[in-house]
Amino acid sequence: MNERSEMLEGIRRAIGSRGSDRESDYASIRRGYHQALPIDLPECVHLFVDRLHDYDATVHFCPVEGIAATVAAVLSGRRKHSLLVPPQLPPDWMPSNFEFIRDTGLSYGHIDRSEGVLTGCAIAIAATGTIVLRHSAGEGRRALTLIPDYHLCVVFEHQIVGTVPEGIRLMSEFGRAPITTISGPSATADIEMTRIKGVHGPRTLDVILVA
Amino acid sequence: MSIRVGDAAEAPSFPRAARALLGNTQLRQNVRRATEVIRNRRARVVGELSDWEQLRQAGHEIKQHTLQYLDFYLEQFEEACTRAGGQVHWARDADEANAIILSILGARQAREVIKVKTMTSDEIGLNHALEAAGITPYETDLADLIVQLGDDRPSHIVVPALHRNRMEVRDIFLRKMHLRELGDKPEDLTNAARAYLREKFLRVGVAISGANFAVAETGSVCVVESEGNGRMCVSLPEVLITLVGIEKVIPRFEDLEVFLQTLPRSATGERMNPYNSIWTGIVPGDGPQEFHVVLLDNGRTKVLADTESRETLDCIRCGACLNACPVYRQTGGHAYGSMYSGPIGAILTPQLQSLEHSESLPYASSLCGACYEVCPVKINIPEILLHLRAKVTAAGDAPFEERVGMEAAAFVFEDPDMLALAQKLSRIAQKPFERDGVIRHLPGMLSGWTAFRDLTPIPKQSFREWWNERESQRGDQ
Repeated sequence: MNERSEMLEGIRRAIGSRGSDRESDYASIRRGYHQALPIDLPECVHLFVDRLHDYDATVHFCPVEGIAATVAAVLSGRRKHSLLVPPQLPPDWMPSNFEFIRDTGLSYGHIDRSEGVLTGCAIAIAATGTIVLRHSAGEGRRALTLIPDYHLCVVFEHQIVGTVPEGIRLMSEFGRAPITTISGPSATADIEMTRIKGVHGPRTLDVILVA
Repeated sequence: MSIRVGDAAEAPSFPRAARALLGNTQLRQNVRRATEVIRNRRARVVGELSDWEQLRQAGHEIKQHTLQYLDFYLEQFEEACTRAGGQVHWARDADEANAIILSILGARQAREVIKVKTMTSDEIGLNHALEAAGITPYETDLADLIVQLGDDRPSHIVVPALHRNRMEVRDIFLRKMHLRELGDKPEDLTNAARAYLREKFLRVGVAISGANFAVAETGSVCVVESEGNGRMCVSLPEVLITLVGIEKVIPRFEDLEVFLQTLPRSATGERMNPYNSIWTGIVPGDGPQEFHVVLLDNGRTKVLADTESRETLDCIRCGACLNACPVYRQTGGHAYGSMYSGPIGAILTPQLQSLEHSESLPYASSLCGACYEVCPVKINIPEILLHLRAKVTAAGDAPFEERVGMEAAAFVFEDPDMLALAQKLSRIAQKPFERDGVIRHLPGMLSGWTAFRDLTPIPKQSFREWWNERESQRGDQ
């Protein structure tokens, strides 16, 4: 008998007899918690922005046709000239007087030397101020939004849901795509419980919220 | 079988370790301050949720359901993970898990690995096994790095270096990172860790991680973290090895909606931790192209077999019970002799390894119930502590004086006449030790009891005596 069957056999012995069948036992789990928030989209957006501010993320607002201009303004404010972008970032998000380098398999070293990265996202969760990436061609592979010290992320209002359960439901439809959830810039409180912004992930997170 | 929990089997008993630690005022101050900060933060964000109790209940029921069908869910996870390109290994104990990991590393001729916080790897003594094989493990969680470079032990489940203050961390970093100078502000220390580890993240080809959740339905693994070291480890190297205790499996992806609300709030007092990574097998062109999962038993099946304490395996390692525990807050984590400290450690360690190696742990509690109250999956820790105490006593492993005392007490309490006689005798016997209505010292083998507490003397009249007297006076009227 190998380790696997021995372990499974041991587990079955330890469990002993089971009362009901698995499906109906699972269905009997009481889920009395809230699935959604009793608020409308404008309130949802407001809550999301509030949460982002809590995390010290900076939020900029613009209409759909103003994305490139807002990117330009944010980058000027940050004194940045060149950003990495995922392979299929919409061209009309990129203002002309800045350099944008498409990630077509850049080395980690190259990504590490960059000034930052500009991406979109999959969804966002208002209650926790969370941005969710599924690492599609418009969001880039995982390394792209991890190694740089600066992340500028474009979020559309219609991508925002209220609660974690609503967000998880959408994420469950992402198939085998890897998922990263980001709630503010990386942080630690490991030394004397003092919250320090930025350890290994991007130390600065800017969000452009598109109406 | 070589079931072990780090080197907890050789650790001194809790009272002995605790007595030594109570003398360390710096450590006690650090622990008290840190636990207070997390408790306050937790209380604030938990108070925000009007459905907190429902979330706790759902978490508890999901875990209980999973354990009831654990064999099914493990096989389902294996199948889904394998279909997505992962390789699943089964390890009955610590040695088997270490051997599996070493053989994967051996095939790659790896000399170094980066690690993201995994207490399970501490449990199996992985770092020792790696070092013995000439492989250097780099801990990448800031607190774990402080513990590793300081040649220290973790003292908290979530914040392992909570017993160190900034000056101590600065000294460790200066010495071990070979820096010429370093400030003592948390920012300076964090920046030093960032610079020290970045080169390793970008270079080292193999990572070892733990898992907070393994989803049976999809074969996905979820790692919950704050610093970004978890993301670095699970998405940059070519090879990823994830060590998973068998109790970490959950049935469906949607079950994350409960735990991703309760875990961050309970662990660090945040609505959501900065980063969660969820991945499924291998993704061509993104992240590790070789992915191994090691499913570890190491005593868990034994815990599963005891229906009275099975729910110990519900634990999602949030550490809330440590911060709430009046005993932990005095002693810190080292007294528990295991990486699993505090109330959860007091019930988990003795059950994973054999009870005789940690028989004092079930007594490391005042049974005040604060741990149960904050537990996000409603583990009834006080009840399990009592259950384990009963087991210690039944096995004859309790301290001699206590065992004799308890047996004598049982004999006396069984018989009303015997009890009345014992009360009378005690009243006479206690007289020499009574001062100002309090007993401060008892002789001989009873001295252990009064070493830490004062006793109220047995009253002049017992309830039964009072009752009989009252009845007879009534009869007189």
